[in-house]
Amino acid sequence: MQLNIRAEKENTYDAIVVGSGISGGWAAKELCEKGLKTLVLERGRNVEHIKDYTTAMKAPWEFPHRLNHTLEQKDNYPIQSQCYAFDEATQQFWVNDKENPYNQIKPFNWLRGYHVGGRSLMWGRQVYRWSDIDFGANGRDGFGVDWPIRYKDVESWYDYVETYIGISGQAEGLPQLPDGKFLKAMEMNCLEKHVAGRIKEQFNDRIMTIGRVAHVTEKHNDRGPCQFRNLCARGCPFTGYFSSNGVTLPAAAKTGNMTLRPDSIVLEVIYDDKKGKATGVKILDSTTMQTVEYYANIIFLNASTIGTASILLNSVSSRFPNGFGNDSEQVGHNLMDHHFGVGAGGEYDGFQDQYYNSGRRPNGIYIPRFRNVNAATKRTDYVRGFGYQGGADRNRGTSFDGIGAAFKDSMSEAGTWSFGIGSWGEHLPYYENKVTLNKDKKDKYGLPTLDIDCSFKENELAMRKDMAASAKEMLEAAGLKNVNTYDEMPPPGHCIHEMGTARMGRDPKTSVLNSWNQVHAAKNVFITDGACMASSACQNPSITYMALTARAVDHAVKELKKGNL
Amino acid sequence: MNRREAIRNVALLLGTAISASTLSALEGCNPKGPDNYALQAPETKKILAEIAETIIPETSTPGAKAAKVDEFIAMMLNDCYKPEDQKNVLDGLKKVDEASEKQFKKSFVDLSDEQRNTVLTAIDKERVDYNKRDNKKEGDPTHYFQILKELTLTGYFTSEPGATKALRYVPVPGKYEGCIPYKKGDKAWAV
Repeated sequence: MQLNIRAEKENTYDAIVVGSGISGGWAAKELCEKGLKTLVLERGRNVEHIKDYTTAMKAPWEFPHRLNHTLEQKDNYPIQSQCYAFDEATQQFWVNDKENPYNQIKPFNWLRGYHVGGRSLMWGRQVYRWSDIDFGANGRDGFGVDWPIRYKDVESWYDYVETYIGISGQAEGLPQLPDGKFLKAMEMNCLEKHVAGRIKEQFNDRIMTIGRVAHVTEKHNDRGPCQFRNLCARGCPFTGYFSSNGVTLPAAAKTGNMTLRPDSIVLEVIYDDKKGKATGVKILDSTTMQTVEYYANIIFLNASTIGTASILLNSVSSRFPNGFGNDSEQVGHNLMDHHFGVGAGGEYDGFQDQYYNSGRRPNGIYIPRFRNVNAATKRTDYVRGFGYQGGADRNRGTSFDGIGAAFKDSMSEAGTWSFGIGSWGEHLPYYENKVTLNKDKKDKYGLPTLDIDCSFKENELAMRKDMAASAKEMLEAAGLKNVNTYDEMPPPGHCIHEMGTARMGRDPKTSVLNSWNQVHAAKNVFITDGACMASSACQNPSITYMALTARAVDHAVKELKKGNL
Repeated sequence: MNRREAIRNVALLLGTAISASTLSALEGCNPKGPDNYALQAPETKKILAEIAETIIPETSTPGAKAAKVDEFIAMMLNDCYKPEDQKNVLDGLKKVDEASEKQFKKSFVDLSDEQRNTVLTAIDKERVDYNKRDNKKEGDPTHYFQILKELTLTGYFTSEPGATKALRYVPVPGKYEGCIPYKKGDKAWAV
């Protein structure tokens, strides 16, 4: 008995954070800096900043296949290898699909990194605030449940996280895309400047701006600056972009309050019927295969949208027979991703006497949403909207025909300019798009696998037609030639913006979390990863997870001090 | 940008629409098959080296041989291409020899540089005509010379000699400048 008490004491912390990715890292930093002894659990291996970026400084010729995919990679990573950021240099940051199975009821690309830092190492780093057009969308058109918060609730937290991590961008004063706290904007190249000018001239409802990106374009908090190598997904030895590994976890560690435990797969949240609250989590140590329980007053779930849903569904008690916090039967449902892979590209004859320097800008251009943002831009064929990302490049060579010295010379010189844009569109929350446990198919740890059943529907498909047509219209108006549209219709998941499986809301009957990201029925459990999102908007979501996390930790610690948790 | 788009951009950089079999190879799609020993045979490497050097000869900058493009092509075909594409290219090498014998009564490796250029110029025209053919069907094989040319260019321009001598390679640029003057003949950036 005494032994048990001692073990329990040793395994007790002030707070537990499940997951070390983009939101878990923020929870860890904020909790630790507020003085809480915090245990950070990560299901995968440790990745130490810089030391473990083994490919970061390699030249192209140091990779045998020059970063192309082999048949063997495709065999072991059939899903992950479809991601643009997967290659010979980054393979170590993606899960082996064979060893980490899930069940696609409909096609769904679940792109994952199981290691300390999670996908914050390989993310696209684009940062766009949400506006009240987004937070008010569900309430306005009736899809999903109304967000319990508005822009004014998050604005100061956007300021807070952006100021800390450093965002490069250009203020534009748009109501649908609030400006942030920007470091020096990256430059557009000649063709991009030209296209931006033509769009401004010819369309009174839209602009093209430089991408807003989590890169430090000037020295910032001892980090960077970005060196314009554009090898980000290998991990950055200059800490030029934001990752948990490079920014939030070191800040958490510096306090002396963080215990980071890799190789710890969280099995369930422990609920104590007598206390009427969650008391901790049970983990499986993947190196010893032992289960261990850890206890804390506050628990943050940041295991990623699908990972967090899986933990909730696996956490069954007499109080929560259908999964932790699942009184509403919404856990695992309303799964969203952005739909993308549609747009247009074209060529430009001019600027033959212009090029860019050796810098490889890790960023492109952005055309903010211009549909359904006010009465004048209201569409009758779909609700919500989309934005575009893209950019211009000057290709190498002008023709593939020929051989010999002249051909070699031509291929060694700058050739035609081309410009392309692709669109990112909002995915509505549908109850039937869901993640459920499959207890018949177990993984290598004997845990249930997940059935993922998710699709895009009429609204998304109608929007896509406009996404392609508007892209073509703008590029032609900008004077590009040979403009072609494309629509590759990648399956949900492929955009890696999955959200919505434990949504926030005003009513515990129809939502899982309250306005502070607390589980309605267990207020000491907070969920601040993508699971909390009640709608998807069309902006890249990570900065919103970060802002909501910092806000939730602030609330959690205040409530703890008041004795409310 | 997704993978396919990224690959298309690579294709654009190569100055061409990329062939279906190379796209499929770059994306990968089949379990790894056994090693194809015909690709490793000395005579295969020898003719690959001469074909690659004829496409990208040594000039004021190193050529394909100096960049070991023959080894790169053999390895890529083995590790990244389906067995039927490997066979397509190996059969293609025989066709190169047949064309050489027909025109110059010698195998390709025994030709002079000028003769090699003549043979491959004709084959490259054949490739262009094949790509423009009217009766295209899904599943048609890619012209073998298309694959050889794509792999030669990739292998050369991503090699150390190709990237640093024929092109300009700057590992740590430090900054991005969007508009700088360019003169015809200036080397392009390697990456």
